[in-house]
Amino acid sequence: MVAVNRSTSDAMNTDVHAQTVMKPCWSCKGPVQLNALFCPTCEAVQGPAAVSHFVRLNVAVSFDVDVPALDHLYFDLQRQLHPDRFATKSPKEKALSQQQATALNDAYETLKDPLKRADYMVHLSGVEVLPEGCNLVKDQSILIEAMEMRERLANAATMTELNTIATETKAEIDDVITGLSLAFRGDDIEGACELTTRLKYLHKMMGEVRHSRARLLA
Amino acid sequence: MAQLLQIHEPGQSPVPHQGETELAMGIDLGTTNSVVAVSVDGNVEVLKDDDGQALVPSVVAYAPDGSAIVGELAKRLLLSRPDHVVSSIKRLMGRGAEDVKGLGGQLPFEIEPHEDGESHLVRLNIGGHKLTPIEISADILRALRGRAEAHLSAKVTKAVITVPAYFDDAQRTATKDAARLAGLDVLRLVNEPTAAALAYGLDKGAQGLYVVFDLGGGTFDVSVLRLEKGVFQVLATGGDAALGGDDFDHAIADHFLQQRKEGLGETALSSGEVKVALMTARIAKECLTDEEQGEWMLTASDQQTKHGLDRATFNDLIAPFVDRTIKICHEVLTEAGFDAEDVKGVVLVGGSTRVPAVRAAVSDYFGAEPLADIDPDQVVSVGAALQAEALTVGSDTLLLDVTPLSLGLETMGGLVEKVILRNTPIPVAKAQEFTTFKDGQSAMAIHVVQGERELVDQNRSLARFNLTGIPPMAAGAAHIRVTFQVDADGMLTVSAAEDTSGIEQHVEVKPSYGLSEEEMSKMLYDSMANAQDDMELRLLAEARVEAERAMGAVTSALRADCNLLSIDERETIGDQMEAVIQAVKGNDRDVIAASVEGLDQVTRAFAEKRMDKGIREALTGVSVAALDDGSTSA
Repeated sequence: MVAVNRSTSDAMNTDVHAQTVMKPCWSCKGPVQLNALFCPTCEAVQGPAAVSHFVRLNVAVSFDVDVPALDHLYFDLQRQLHPDRFATKSPKEKALSQQQATALNDAYETLKDPLKRADYMVHLSGVEVLPEGCNLVKDQSILIEAMEMRERLANAATMTELNTIATETKAEIDDVITGLSLAFRGDDIEGACELTTRLKYLHKMMGEVRHSRARLLA
Repeated sequence: MAQLLQIHEPGQSPVPHQGETELAMGIDLGTTNSVVAVSVDGNVEVLKDDDGQALVPSVVAYAPDGSAIVGELAKRLLLSRPDHVVSSIKRLMGRGAEDVKGLGGQLPFEIEPHEDGESHLVRLNIGGHKLTPIEISADILRALRGRAEAHLSAKVTKAVITVPAYFDDAQRTATKDAARLAGLDVLRLVNEPTAAALAYGLDKGAQGLYVVFDLGGGTFDVSVLRLEKGVFQVLATGGDAALGGDDFDHAIADHFLQQRKEGLGETALSSGEVKVALMTARIAKECLTDEEQGEWMLTASDQQTKHGLDRATFNDLIAPFVDRTIKICHEVLTEAGFDAEDVKGVVLVGGSTRVPAVRAAVSDYFGAEPLADIDPDQVVSVGAALQAEALTVGSDTLLLDVTPLSLGLETMGGLVEKVILRNTPIPVAKAQEFTTFKDGQSAMAIHVVQGERELVDQNRSLARFNLTGIPPMAAGAAHIRVTFQVDADGMLTVSAAEDTSGIEQHVEVKPSYGLSEEEMSKMLYDSMANAQDDMELRLLAEARVEAERAMGAVTSALRADCNLLSIDERETIGDQMEAVIQAVKGNDRDVIAASVEGLDQVTRAFAEKRMDKGIREALTGVSVAALDDGSTSA
């Protein structure tokens, strides 16, 4: 929901703004905070505020997201906002609940996955992210490595060989995620960008390993 | 004044409404059988007929006057008057004539030729009546509704209807249209495996990773769910919307007809005889669930033949289909990032999971005995009834489902650009930007498709529309944003906007194989006067819901801030509230709407005062909050 090219501090300002500024409740017309889910007076559901995914799910802005905790925050919010809770309500309430649940799903899907989370944090930092991913990479070594890996995969004839590649790739993914955590903590956006691209390629690799396994099984 | 000071909790406003909580039913609209159930306080009753049968065969017979006979009686007529009877109609929902599966070069349906001006939805000739699958399904739904109303001795208009998780948008729309024709208000379309998981999870207190293996008459679904404390989170789903027990019947019937050919030589079959052959095959299949072998007679073209079949041959005949279900299970699990050993339990759903070869394959793949302690033919309706109660009465359980198939747009060269990937949690909205490729291009054709393949032709076409009125610009200068929104029923809405000019178009996706709005209205009009009544009742109910909402809002506002009002002002508002209460007691929805509008008018100034007060209070709070924030943020 945050516009492209907005800096993190701007996004945080939006978040603070949403907690302090009032708007009228669409139902009882009384005052409601911009980011309130329900009107404190009449309890009518409100539309989703323009806040970051982190604020939406009540987690601190950090790459180190505790996913099981995130799951529970997400479940608790969906329990209140999911359209199933509004099946017998007015069309307006149904529509608002759908918007809220949609925004929650968007936030949850983004933050629960390390790759999407990294992309999003790079984006929050003010770097424009192209649909195909991080575009700051000048590192040729990734390309060379990718080509080598692909060759290995093409030559892998047994399940054991494929499993070895899978284990190695998985270990590399874990390393990159640790690296991303350090980069974001040190505000090293360029480093985070490179690692994000690397993660993307490793994920693709895992997908190809899966395909090769399926082919071998069939 | 006394009236005004009676303050009620929000949501428990003093507005009286008729028929307090109307019971909503859960319907499993199956390919072979349908089931209706209701839940009261979490106790589900699957509704049975006088003979104690819960399953309503999804078979419809049409009398010469066009009246429909649904269920067991229609099924019996299938052998004696096959031309007047139709079965397995679910396979044709949202489909074209090219999707219909034949047997020995003959279809079990008489297809009507497509006429100009009609949508591409297939039309059948049943005993001289031209009918769409939507109308036939509506007749089944009417029968189920009738059963529920007889049991409850009350009018039932609200329902949760289950659909295969793997149903695409066209099939979901067709199901909703059928419900509309039957005068039903669909509270939610729930995916069948999710409904089954709900029935199991609530009944057995299951926690952890579960797989629902749902092999029905015509559809196969597999869903991977995480269950924990009242949350049913679907992680991935897959399947085949045209794979089921019907395929087993076809395989057996093919086998019998082959034997027949060897004995009698080539004989042409009518579509009625094909139905009889399929019916015989089904009887053989059901028999072989318990027996090791058997013999069946087949009569066609006045010649009777005898056909033997044993379990081993039967297993061989259906092996390709069974293998396919296991392959799909493997794909879905892998995509969700799990192995078979991560799965805590496998729930069997659908009558076809009674086939021993299917059970054996499932327990072999998952390395555990699957769960089937809730009747696989009824478990979906039980889940549907539970969800129907949850939606009307309220509940703490949460069903989080996903899109089964990717949604995308056609781009240059007949390629698909995916906008929403499969297994994305719903509701979801995603936008994609496109641009013009010619200077001065004023329109853009938008083609919405559903499926996983790279090429448009290999996916299902959902809808086409034109975005027109793009102002003349250089190629690549226009920014056309196409937004896909999938709601909690899994139904898609598409809108397109050109950013620089603000031109916007909103499209309800009416699938290529659905009914046009005119066709729908005509059917609604033709089908019955009581559908009209139902529609009126629904609008009246909606007006009452809105009145209740408005009364609750004003009541809460008065409780919070009534000191902002003078005595006169309070009295004016009180009078108008009384007017709403009186209007709601009546049956005129226009009067109700006008009274609510009046309430909005007389509370406008009050609202402004409340906003002023709120902002003043917020500002006093901010100075401290802002200071705190300044000292801690980086």
